[in-house]
Amino acid sequence: MERPLTQHINFNRTSLNLKDYVSVGGYQAVHKALKSMAPQDVTKMVQEADLKGRGGAGFNTGMKWSFVPMNEAGQTKYLIANADEMEPGTFKDRMLLEGNPHQLIEGMIVSAFAIQANISYVFLRWAYKKAAWLIEHAIAEAYAAGYLGKNILGSGFNLEMHLHTGIGRYMCGEETALLNALEGKRATPRAKPPFPQVSGLFGKPTIVNNVETLSNIPHIINNGPDWFKALSLTSDPGTKLYGISGKVNKPGLWELPMGTTIRELIEEHAGGMKKGFKFRGALPGGASTDFLVEEHLDVKMDYKSVSAAGSRLGTGTMIILDDHTCPVGFVHNLEHFFAQESCGWCTPCREGLPWTEKILLSIENGEGRMEDLDLLEMHTHHLGPGNTFCALAPGAMEPLQSGLKYFREDFEKHINEKKCPWR
Amino acid sequence: MAIIYIDHKAYEVTPGKNVLETCLTLGFNLPYFCWHPAMGSVGACRQCAIKLFKDEDDTRGRLVMSCMEIVKDNMYLSIDDPTAKAFRAQLIEWLMTNHPHDCAVCDEGGACHLQDMTVMTGHTYRRFNYPKRSYKNQYLGPFINHEMNRCIQCYRCVRFYKDYAGGKDLDVFAAHNHVYFGRAEDGILENEFSGNLAEVCPTGVFTDKTLKAHYTRKWDMTTAPSICQHCSLGCNIIAGERYGELRQITSRFNGEVNGYFLCDRGRFGYEFVNSTHRVQQPLIRSKNSDATDKQSLYHHLKNILSTDKIIGIASPRASLEANFALRQLVGKENFYQGIPEMEALLMRCILYILNTGHVHSPSLKEMESADVVLILGEDPTNAAPLMALAIRQAVGKEPIQKGEMYIAYPTQTKLDELAGNAAHLSPDEIARLGYAIANTLNKNAPLPEDLNTNTLKLAKRIARILKKATKPLIISGTSLGSEAIIKAAANVAFALSTDDKKASLSFVVPDCNSMGLAMMKAPSLLHAKETIENGKANTIIVLENDLYRHSAKKEIDTLFNLCKEVIVLDHLHNETTSKASVLIPVATFAEAEGTMVNNEGRAQRFFQVFSPKNENFRESWRWLDEFRQFKDGVNPEDLKVSDDLMTEMVASMPQFKGAEAVTPDADFRMFGQKIPREPHRYSGRTAMLANTNVSEPKPPEDPDSALSFTMEGYKGMPPASLIPFFWAPGWNSVQSINKYQEEVGGPLRGGDPGKRLFPKTPVLEKIFMNHIPSAFSPFSGEWQLLPLPHIFGSEELSIYTPGVAERAPKPYIAINKKDAKSLNVMENEGLLVQIQDQSYMLPVRIKKELPEGLAGIPYNIPGLRGIAWPAKGILKKGKA
Repeated sequence: MERPLTQHINFNRTSLNLKDYVSVGGYQAVHKALKSMAPQDVTKMVQEADLKGRGGAGFNTGMKWSFVPMNEAGQTKYLIANADEMEPGTFKDRMLLEGNPHQLIEGMIVSAFAIQANISYVFLRWAYKKAAWLIEHAIAEAYAAGYLGKNILGSGFNLEMHLHTGIGRYMCGEETALLNALEGKRATPRAKPPFPQVSGLFGKPTIVNNVETLSNIPHIINNGPDWFKALSLTSDPGTKLYGISGKVNKPGLWELPMGTTIRELIEEHAGGMKKGFKFRGALPGGASTDFLVEEHLDVKMDYKSVSAAGSRLGTGTMIILDDHTCPVGFVHNLEHFFAQESCGWCTPCREGLPWTEKILLSIENGEGRMEDLDLLEMHTHHLGPGNTFCALAPGAMEPLQSGLKYFREDFEKHINEKKCPWR
Repeated sequence: MAIIYIDHKAYEVTPGKNVLETCLTLGFNLPYFCWHPAMGSVGACRQCAIKLFKDEDDTRGRLVMSCMEIVKDNMYLSIDDPTAKAFRAQLIEWLMTNHPHDCAVCDEGGACHLQDMTVMTGHTYRRFNYPKRSYKNQYLGPFINHEMNRCIQCYRCVRFYKDYAGGKDLDVFAAHNHVYFGRAEDGILENEFSGNLAEVCPTGVFTDKTLKAHYTRKWDMTTAPSICQHCSLGCNIIAGERYGELRQITSRFNGEVNGYFLCDRGRFGYEFVNSTHRVQQPLIRSKNSDATDKQSLYHHLKNILSTDKIIGIASPRASLEANFALRQLVGKENFYQGIPEMEALLMRCILYILNTGHVHSPSLKEMESADVVLILGEDPTNAAPLMALAIRQAVGKEPIQKGEMYIAYPTQTKLDELAGNAAHLSPDEIARLGYAIANTLNKNAPLPEDLNTNTLKLAKRIARILKKATKPLIISGTSLGSEAIIKAAANVAFALSTDDKKASLSFVVPDCNSMGLAMMKAPSLLHAKETIENGKANTIIVLENDLYRHSAKKEIDTLFNLCKEVIVLDHLHNETTSKASVLIPVATFAEAEGTMVNNEGRAQRFFQVFSPKNENFRESWRWLDEFRQFKDGVNPEDLKVSDDLMTEMVASMPQFKGAEAVTPDADFRMFGQKIPREPHRYSGRTAMLANTNVSEPKPPEDPDSALSFTMEGYKGMPPASLIPFFWAPGWNSVQSINKYQEEVGGPLRGGDPGKRLFPKTPVLEKIFMNHIPSAFSPFSGEWQLLPLPHIFGSEELSIYTPGVAERAPKPYIAINKKDAKSLNVMENEGLLVQIQDQSYMLPVRIKKELPEGLAGIPYNIPGLRGIAWPAKGILKKGKA
């Protein structure tokens, strides 16, 4: 089984420096793309490979690039790696950032070439201190080796790359809020249209891609779309970094073919549930995805299948709810996070999320009333997509609405017994 | 036009506007918070949600924010859709979770957009039963009160303050439901337009602190349409009174003039009306120093007026009516402008230029769409603040660079930050730069000699950009007292103007009716003094004018000493009133009706707000008109109402044609009724004076206008010039302006008030001016003094507002670094400054951009008056 993204990652040694990375075939995609391909052909190849955005939205990456205006020579454009990984339960980009920073840089060079961007940024979560150090060094190495800077490999293509560390707001993972933060403004999302592809950073065409997405690019360029598609077990191509946290024997992160089932992930890779713990449900792709429960264990972890099961693949990193954990407390913890991370721009998110948090806490503390469940339902209904300015609040409602659906008895028990049965 | 369908009904609407403003224009009551017609849509509050359907057959539709959707042909929308209605009601419930519900003690209550929207959406029952978050409030200075707990986070305050007005010290802090709108720390809001926060805030977070000191609910105020008295722009205001005291000034929308906003001097400068410095009773000093009654005054005046040779001194801050009444009383040949010859010269020059018909005198609204702005020798932020706000909209940098701006002024100005180039030059060099620009544009315009290469380069660069502009705007004015600058500005505008496309040229002038007074074409104070000195007259009547402000003290002392009688009419005690042998109290703008001409040449009428308790507070024109009986034997019963005065004035001075028609006549009625100054909810009328008399007194009559002093009368939409307050059913706040506009954000119904008096087409030959000063070099042993205007302090009346006085600078002298070094002084050290026959000890402010040989002093602030401009000064290091 091929593991293109993680093949050179070994946490028993330091990550590959440029020389070692080149010796295992690194930067070949830069040579290939910059020397022998037209930018549009790179985009086309990525589009054909059907690489779906690994940040959670799952949009075709090549298609996203194709919206960037390409006719005006000398226009300032930007490429940004979204490395502001803050989704609760998600730690996949961290592995790529700390394990193989040159792979990301290579992917960024090729992607920037495809859209003819001459300035690029790595927008990194502030807490990823080790990654920051590694990336800074890797960027310096790449400049020294001529992979960054002016006239890269004699191709005439120039690219500057900078590392920017955020201040640790979940909101910055939203691409337009990220752009505002990068401009030195409040991390508040922007209205779309205009989309960043047309008017992004400082009003210039900008592509923001997730770290895992960009790390896939060199391999697609080197091996072609067909190879990429063949990696997968389903119609969503490629491999995927899957993670599991919760009461399993071996919580962790694995690169596996896209479409691996939840059951296989839990039982084979995570070594099954810990002794004495029973699986009750899982958030398949981070905190902002709907619960899946036992009946969904054979769902394939790809965009289409998870969606069909009523949730989202999201980041592909799963949080497991077991029978020793109170679902109300579990959801309350999530809503506390979302309420705190709301940027405060739009009313439903700013005012609605703290309300749900307070209700959940009162239920958890045995002070809930039955009508509180209606209020929670009301919020899941009114904080839906389109009603709020960005996807934060709708995402926050996903574990709540599915929690109310699958664990309603537990909610009612709290209210009826006026206490948390798990305490 | 586009056809859209709202709840299955077709409407013809303007495409390209947003759906929210379109719905409001159509008369729908759609709630909103964050959208503001001047600041646009941001989609933050989500209050204006409606349903948008794909087509006629779509029954599901989706919720959209109407402010974020642009009207397109064949749009299917629903406001009444149950989902949309439920969402809008839910929104208010969310906003209310933390709102303190303190309406009863909130200054916004009764004029609160949040109250209106809450009622509109139908949210009544509170389901949030957790503690509310609370904030610490800040001290924000003398004008604005801060009560953050009421905040509903619409972001309008920061969008106005930072993005619209260029403020730096108000921001949004923290995140999620802790977002905080305020300053980084307690302190005075620095921006000149901070008062607008009270109007853009949809609830009571930012409120008018001066109103708080004598609080009255909006519904308990008697209000009238008025015109701001504190600079030459003539912003439209609503002035409100209760118990004989002026309580509040709010913006009166005029699409062409001030739009939705006012500056802080205009909004807060009103307290002079309530000042203890008001002249309360007539005084005849020659007889006895005590106050006198009207009869003795008449008797005394009869003696003077029937025997003495009298001249009249007019005023740039008195209405046309008052000045004209004086002119009628003393006769055309004995009528003088109450301004020094220098100012009169500048005004004559400006009037000539604007009367050629070769340039366009733009409204503030027009300035907002200029694509290149050139400012020659003005600091609009301090001299005509709302002009600076308009320019900011033209050249603002956010979100994309709009127009370009070039500034030439001796010191840094707040607009410099938006300028492509800000050259800090002496007045003479500014004029030379202007002449050089004009010469580059048109070789027939004269070129200054010995121009240095930098100035020439800059002139060429500016000329190149001006030439490409489609809507160039040149701004200049009287602030620096330089005729050459005014003429240079005219040359630039002349050079840019063609017969079909005229360049815009706007002059900032000193006072609220400077333009109107200049149009009367009377000789200046200099000539008045000559007349007295030659013995051709022995008595002087000074109308609403403190002559000591702009002239050397000695000159005015001499003038008054030569007069047998000095009759002064004014509302506030000042140095001139202290020299009066006969002092007559008059009404302020709030107690009077009158017409003024702003810097644009727009004649506008202000109306009496209330009938003052003190019967002596009569309009100057009423007194003066009455005094004619002592002179000409006119029947005292035959008094004029202001309309007649205007008709008479236009007949004798046709240059004012149009000024008589700025508002309907006094006998105008709407369906047989007058327009009430009091809203229909005005309360306590029968109780207000019950402590003195249980019978409700008859309300005062207003024979001078179509407005009444009561709550009875026509309740609908009055003509635009007669709007005493903005109110519509369900819309108690200032947001009800929407209902008074032809189209939201557009002109008031029936057209924005005011009539432009300057010719639209060329009437004179276009002749380039030629008055080029030679290159400036510092004088030896002397400094050329510059009058630096300050928004707070430089204006005569607003300084009587305690808050304005607090904000006014203390006297200082600004010099550049090199001059400071040669004088051996450091920042804040004292300089002994000899100006004319006065000497002052002033602390030094080093302004490194100031050209050598120039020294700036704050214009006309307390402690630095009585200087005749232009002035030079001898500077010496003061005692340690």
